[in-house]
Amino acid sequence: MSAIEQSTRRHEPGRPTGVAARRSARVRIAALWMLLVLLATAAAYIFWGRDRLPVDEVLQVLGGASVPGTSFILMEDRLPRLVVGALAGAGLGISGALFQRWLGNPLASPDVIGVGFGASAAAIAAMIVFGVNDWKLSAFALAGGLAVAAVIYWLSASGQRTGSRLILAGLAIGAMLQALIQFLLTQTEVNTASDAMRWLTGSLSASTWERAAVLGIGLGAAGIFLLPVVLRQLKLLELGEDAAAALGLHVGRARVLLVFTAVALGAIPIAVTGPLAFVAFLAGPITAALSRSAIHVPLAGLTGATLVVVANFFAANLFAQINLPVGVITGAFGAPFLIWVLVRANSTGNGG
Amino acid sequence: MTATESTLRPAAQRSGPGLGGKLGALALLVLVLAAAVLASLLLGARNVGLDSVLAALSNVDPADGDQVVVQSRMARTVGAIVVGAALGLAGAGLQGLTRNPLADTGILGLNAGSSLAVVVVVALAGAASLPLVMAAAFLGAALVMTLVYVVASVGREGATPIKLALGGAALAVGVGSITNTILMISKSTLDEFRMWQIGSLSGGSLETYLLAVPVIAVGALVVLSTARACNAVAMGEDTAIALGINVNRARLLGSVGVVLLAGTATAVAGPIAFVGLMIPHAVRLLVGGDYRWIMPASLLAGPILLLLADTAGRLVLPPSEIQVGVMCAMLGGPIFIIMMRSGMKSVKL
Repeated sequence: MSAIEQSTRRHEPGRPTGVAARRSARVRIAALWMLLVLLATAAAYIFWGRDRLPVDEVLQVLGGASVPGTSFILMEDRLPRLVVGALAGAGLGISGALFQRWLGNPLASPDVIGVGFGASAAAIAAMIVFGVNDWKLSAFALAGGLAVAAVIYWLSASGQRTGSRLILAGLAIGAMLQALIQFLLTQTEVNTASDAMRWLTGSLSASTWERAAVLGIGLGAAGIFLLPVVLRQLKLLELGEDAAAALGLHVGRARVLLVFTAVALGAIPIAVTGPLAFVAFLAGPITAALSRSAIHVPLAGLTGATLVVVANFFAANLFAQINLPVGVITGAFGAPFLIWVLVRANSTGNGG
Repeated sequence: MTATESTLRPAAQRSGPGLGGKLGALALLVLVLAAAVLASLLLGARNVGLDSVLAALSNVDPADGDQVVVQSRMARTVGAIVVGAALGLAGAGLQGLTRNPLADTGILGLNAGSSLAVVVVVALAGAASLPLVMAAAFLGAALVMTLVYVVASVGREGATPIKLALGGAALAVGVGSITNTILMISKSTLDEFRMWQIGSLSGGSLETYLLAVPVIAVGALVVLSTARACNAVAMGEDTAIALGINVNRARLLGSVGVVLLAGTATAVAGPIAFVGLMIPHAVRLLVGGDYRWIMPASLLAGPILLLLADTAGRLVLPPSEIQVGVMCAMLGGPIFIIMMRSGMKSVKL
């Protein structure tokens, strides 16, 4: 299994310790660049959104003054969008990276293995059938994602090569859930379906401070309390489950915690913004390529945030008159990257 | 290392039941198909009698409601036969030529490629004529198929079933999001494609489905002509070459046939997944592992599945209906998982 291969490569005996130092230096440099791009794009978006705002007015608003029109656009639209986008991207990026690291396969991101569809289907069902449209949507999405993760895990458990089996089982479940979503969409009137479809593509247009708060609290709780533990256990799991058990790790419990954390970090953003195509999928591999090492999970979170903020900037400026949802940009521009990830995975023997 | 038990058995076992058994199986399929056609005409939100069907077949009386219902069901019945035959045989061809038990026109992304191409053409040209839509669908399917193979062939092990399935599914997602982009930009296209994108037989006219028949016939002949090569490939590529089979030529030819079948099916009914996966495996249980029998039997069994799925979709939630694409996904998903589990037990996929 490729995760083991990777980790044995990483833990090769007799390797000079300088390699580890250089690698963490590369991760730091990549993080710095990523942060720079994130901040620069965010700053640019404040001025150049759907329409351009005069510089002096923006500065006045940011300084605390109230300028009619500009204040509203900034405080009620652009800033919440940026915050929601960055948080959602970070959650998706970390979620994808956790799955990819754990299963040792770049294709194992939640948007490919059906967990994302589980969250989407539960949220759509909650919207259409129960008329839910607030923070409770997050609970539905989380429950849906967890249920699908449990089913996939159960279907693929027992026996060798759990990674590939899990991905294939996820593919099939994903196809079924997609069919379910589409069926639900045809059962509603056109306007609801159009809204739901917009949500399904992933959009920041409904971003409010309230939603940013929901997102921040949910992701913050998972990120602060669970993620450090999971990252520590992940390092042990990557040594191979037998080795991890020998080192005193309760493997079953560690896996459950990992899946729960990864699903939570992926499902909470989906409930707010809809599934932003490929952010979870691409953040990890981009991170790995930039730092030329294994996927660094926190860096993947930063990369995810940057991807969404950059995509949001393009969505606002490329086709300003059409009001394109940001998920369309991440999807369309993500597709070529997807091919790059596949080729890269296959050429290193990680593709399955 | 890439074949499951079902595709790589000793030759004696692979031949399955004797000639009589195989002919009997084909006869059984014909009978079931006839019954499925009848069910498709009779059943639905409004059930009609056999006499109405017979009357409507010869000459429709517009005053008789039942006969009008039969006439409207005629189109989708013909559609189910045409599309089912195309998808079933396309799946058999894909599985045989690539020695890949998980191959399906949906899983490998062919349907998604066709959808994208069709949406592009309709968005650019407005109401496009059927031949243009079909040509676009072929092109889209061919491009995605090539891409999936090229990408999966990178690396040491070559195009293994799991790499193909994963690559195809991932590319299908990518291609799908480009399709969504175009649909989002053009509201009118979205409205037109909302139903089509799910895979539905209720929208097409009889003329549309009949126009697809000649193309599908050509594609079917091409795919059927590769049956012997598929048998040889099942014994391993080296053996096939030793037997004097030009594997690459057979693959290229078969791919063209599969693209014709899958593209046409998608052009007229939208992307319907898992039919190409389920049918060849089901048929193998009846006629054994010989592709000279699997392929014709798939041609008969595909329509049965689509007819039953379409009819069931009409009966579950009357008066609304569940699209045939949704029904096939709900049925095919579990079967894919069962295939994967049993395949993984015997062979490393």
